[in-house]
Amino acid sequence: MGRKLLLEHINVPGINTFDVYRSKGGYASVEKALKTMSPEAIVEEVKKSGLRGRGGAGFPTGMKWSFLAKPEGVARYLVCNGDESEPGTFKDRYLMTYIPHLLIEGMIVSSFALGASTSYIYLRGEMMPQVRILERAIAEAKAKGFLGKNILGTGYDLELYVQPGGGAYICGEETALLESLEGKRGNPRIKPPFPAIAGLYGCPTVVNNVESIAAVVPIINEGGDEYAKIGIGRSTGTKLISAGGNLKKPGVYEIELGVPVEEFIYSDEYCGGIANGKRLKAVVAGGSSVPILPANLILKTINNEARLMSYESLSDGGFVSGTMLGSGGFIAYDEDACIVRNTWNFARFYHHESCGQCSPCREGTGWMEKVLHRLEYGHGKMSDMDLLVDVSKKIEGNTICPLGDAAAWPVASAIRHFRDEFEWHVTNASEATSRNYGIAHYADPLKVVETA
Amino acid sequence: MLRVDEAQEPVEFSPALISKFDEIVSRYPQGKQKSGLLPILHLVQAEFGWVSAPAMDKVAEYLSILPIEVYEVATFYTMYFLRPQGKYVLEVCRTSGCCLVGAEKIMDHIEETLGVKEGEVTPDGLFSWRGVECLAACGFGPVLQIGPEYTFYENLTNESVDKLISDLKAKAKN
Amino acid sequence: MKVTIDGITVDVEPGTSILNAARQIGGDIVPPAMCYYSKLAGSGGKCRTCLVKVTKGSEKDPRPMPKLVASCRTGVMDGMEVQNITSPEVVEARKGVVEMLLINHPLDCPVCDQAGECHLQDLGFEHGAAKTRYEFDRRTFEKIDIGDKIQLHMTRCILCYRCVFTADQITNTRLHGILNRGDHSEISTYISKAVDNDFSGNVIDVCPVGALTDKTFRFKNRVWFTKPVEAHRDCDKCCGKVTLWYKGEDVIRVTGRKDVYGEVEEFICNTCRFDKKKTADWVIEGPRKVSHQSVISANHYEFTPLPVVKTNPVLQAANKDQFERETRL
Repeated sequence: MGRKLLLEHINVPGINTFDVYRSKGGYASVEKALKTMSPEAIVEEVKKSGLRGRGGAGFPTGMKWSFLAKPEGVARYLVCNGDESEPGTFKDRYLMTYIPHLLIEGMIVSSFALGASTSYIYLRGEMMPQVRILERAIAEAKAKGFLGKNILGTGYDLELYVQPGGGAYICGEETALLESLEGKRGNPRIKPPFPAIAGLYGCPTVVNNVESIAAVVPIINEGGDEYAKIGIGRSTGTKLISAGGNLKKPGVYEIELGVPVEEFIYSDEYCGGIANGKRLKAVVAGGSSVPILPANLILKTINNEARLMSYESLSDGGFVSGTMLGSGGFIAYDEDACIVRNTWNFARFYHHESCGQCSPCREGTGWMEKVLHRLEYGHGKMSDMDLLVDVSKKIEGNTICPLGDAAAWPVASAIRHFRDEFEWHVTNASEATSRNYGIAHYADPLKVVETA
Repeated sequence: MLRVDEAQEPVEFSPALISKFDEIVSRYPQGKQKSGLLPILHLVQAEFGWVSAPAMDKVAEYLSILPIEVYEVATFYTMYFLRPQGKYVLEVCRTSGCCLVGAEKIMDHIEETLGVKEGEVTPDGLFSWRGVECLAACGFGPVLQIGPEYTFYENLTNESVDKLISDLKAKAKN
Repeated sequence: MKVTIDGITVDVEPGTSILNAARQIGGDIVPPAMCYYSKLAGSGGKCRTCLVKVTKGSEKDPRPMPKLVASCRTGVMDGMEVQNITSPEVVEARKGVVEMLLINHPLDCPVCDQAGECHLQDLGFEHGAAKTRYEFDRRTFEKIDIGDKIQLHMTRCILCYRCVFTADQITNTRLHGILNRGDHSEISTYISKAVDNDFSGNVIDVCPVGALTDKTFRFKNRVWFTKPVEAHRDCDKCCGKVTLWYKGEDVIRVTGRKDVYGEVEEFICNTCRFDKKKTADWVIEGPRKVSHQSVISANHYEFTPLPVVKTNPVLQAANKDQFERETRL
């Protein structure tokens, strides 16, 4: 049984209220940080913890904090990124619904560390229930003296606000989020300057994922070194994994990084295997943007080692045979899932969510969707697969923000690993509209690579 | 083409609504009142059921920004309705995770039950429905949400959808 | 600060963008720019045609940049080394961007007033493929009049945002903007409104394609059959310096004076642009010098060769095709 740092008390009745949360040791990190630590010391602890951004990119949080510019007389902002919209990811919604005070506690400590006196939690507009939950929790914390003026008599002031978005995946990109928070269209900004220099209202700003901010709480309580002992290699600590798709027990699981993927899927502690007694065909391991892998490659790396749930192990093999941990949106596909249809579904998503600012993404996502739609509905051509790979290459890396890459990778990887299923959709067009290709060889054991 | 040619009904904001606007704008630094645009549009939609051009002009006036700045924002984000909708808008997640567990069948069922296509309003003005992209509840799919509170309904089945629709009909009668 | 672009070193002020440094060198190594406009703050970065490869970040930090960067919005660092036309990767990426810009473009050049001075046309000629791989219906919009003098063909638009910046920065208010998102984005006023103010006509000049055209010039003539002449008048609203476009004895169009990159030297007012179409209104300065790259020069007006740097053998090899084409012309 792995350690739980974030969700330890999730099943305690009433944990969403201040009093119960406090009785379980909540807000201890605020007392510790504000009363006994300097902001620099907090940043140092977070650096030591090796915490990597939980939103998808995996950039070290402590390092991000240390980049924050600190010009005299200019306000600094901490903005929490709760625009959770990556298909497959639902951990932040879960965390904010059931244990909202954890986020608020993390926000107070983090804001103190960064010297912010106003902080915003930006939630996607669809999370109105969570907006209400957080606003109630903020009011509770304020009534108990943990927010507002002169927190706990330390002289530190902090106002915390919840801002709803309007429905746009792109606002999960940090500069688009800031634009949206300023009341504009969610067009990502052209970098540089980075938010650490000029972010919200042109002031130095740090944008962190909900889970990253929540993870600051155990880091301060236990110390960065202790936190870094959990996990494996440079993947330290615990991670919330949103498990969905054809699993027996889908849901949010907190794992110590380094759990084998096979154990995560099949053990009763976690997902309990594939639903309805079917077999695993493919997995998207970190949200829709990361490459999809067939069953054999997700369980074992190309060198026939067990694949682990960690940043390094999942990306073992690069784009050829690996994927990424991303935001931890784990979608499992059973033998009846159609990869072509799913790829079209993803392409439609990115087409729908492209902001339209830069040309490769605006035009390319729509093009890919149309070609995939044609393939799925039996009008495809054999040349379509090469066309898709080529278009995805023309988008990848040439756009303002990472949405272009995120749109390109799932298409390119699906064709790389499931090409024969795509070809079957062309050669057996009428059959493809009435039945699925099935699991084929996608779960077959990998050939062991001969070493010379 | 997105263009409003017909005249739309003028709107008035009640003092209660304006005071909610004031509270929102107080969250931002002086001169950055434009930040309140998204939450304010949500309030307008909750009040009137959709966001009309005259309402947007009023919002622009309230925030001292150009009307086009409001139009640009309202058309960018998917949650703002620029046309009148049913009293209850059923928004069903149609992205991968939910599709694996039957979201498409749920949408077909809703279409059949309500008798209207995606984006259309039922003759009684009560319902409209549409597919939306990932609602971040992939483990509990299929899911749908209903505004303006954006209440969530998880693990949908045809039966639970039927019950939901009849409950809403009963609620609308009372 | 020293920056080297395609092997040519130039000294520039700190804060200069790579694109502007390249423009100081001039010639073939200048990346094309569809959305950047030096006179409009905040423009650029969107069309991605000006992508270049930074092979050396700076003297201090010589690491190359991991991705291609938009040269219009990337500042130079001392000792930076940049590849534009000497990098196959850049040429390939640019080809991709041009393809993307063209898949939904109507390619109605034969009936488009912008033909002959259209940047997308030039770009397509330079980098485009002979055939399209796009087999779906193209996106279309109805054309609308925004004001009685300006017509908007949204179908042709490449969403460079220049006209939006122009309205913000040159005119006193903005009535049009970008509505919707993704590939449904469009320039519109949302509710029917006429864009009408003293400087609104400048959106025609900044538009790199034929999306915003002058209704008073509509279907009057192909630009390459007209004679451009520089002229000025005393104007209480603007500088009054313009280019008159003659057909025979008649002034059929008035525009701002555009430089070799298609940018106006100074913005002009609507009175000069739309209302002064008699020779008597103007003091004629002389024939307009036309870039030899323009189709307008095919009509044998006086032209000045670009200050092209053609001494570098590497560059010559990389541009063999283009040199040959120009020699033929």
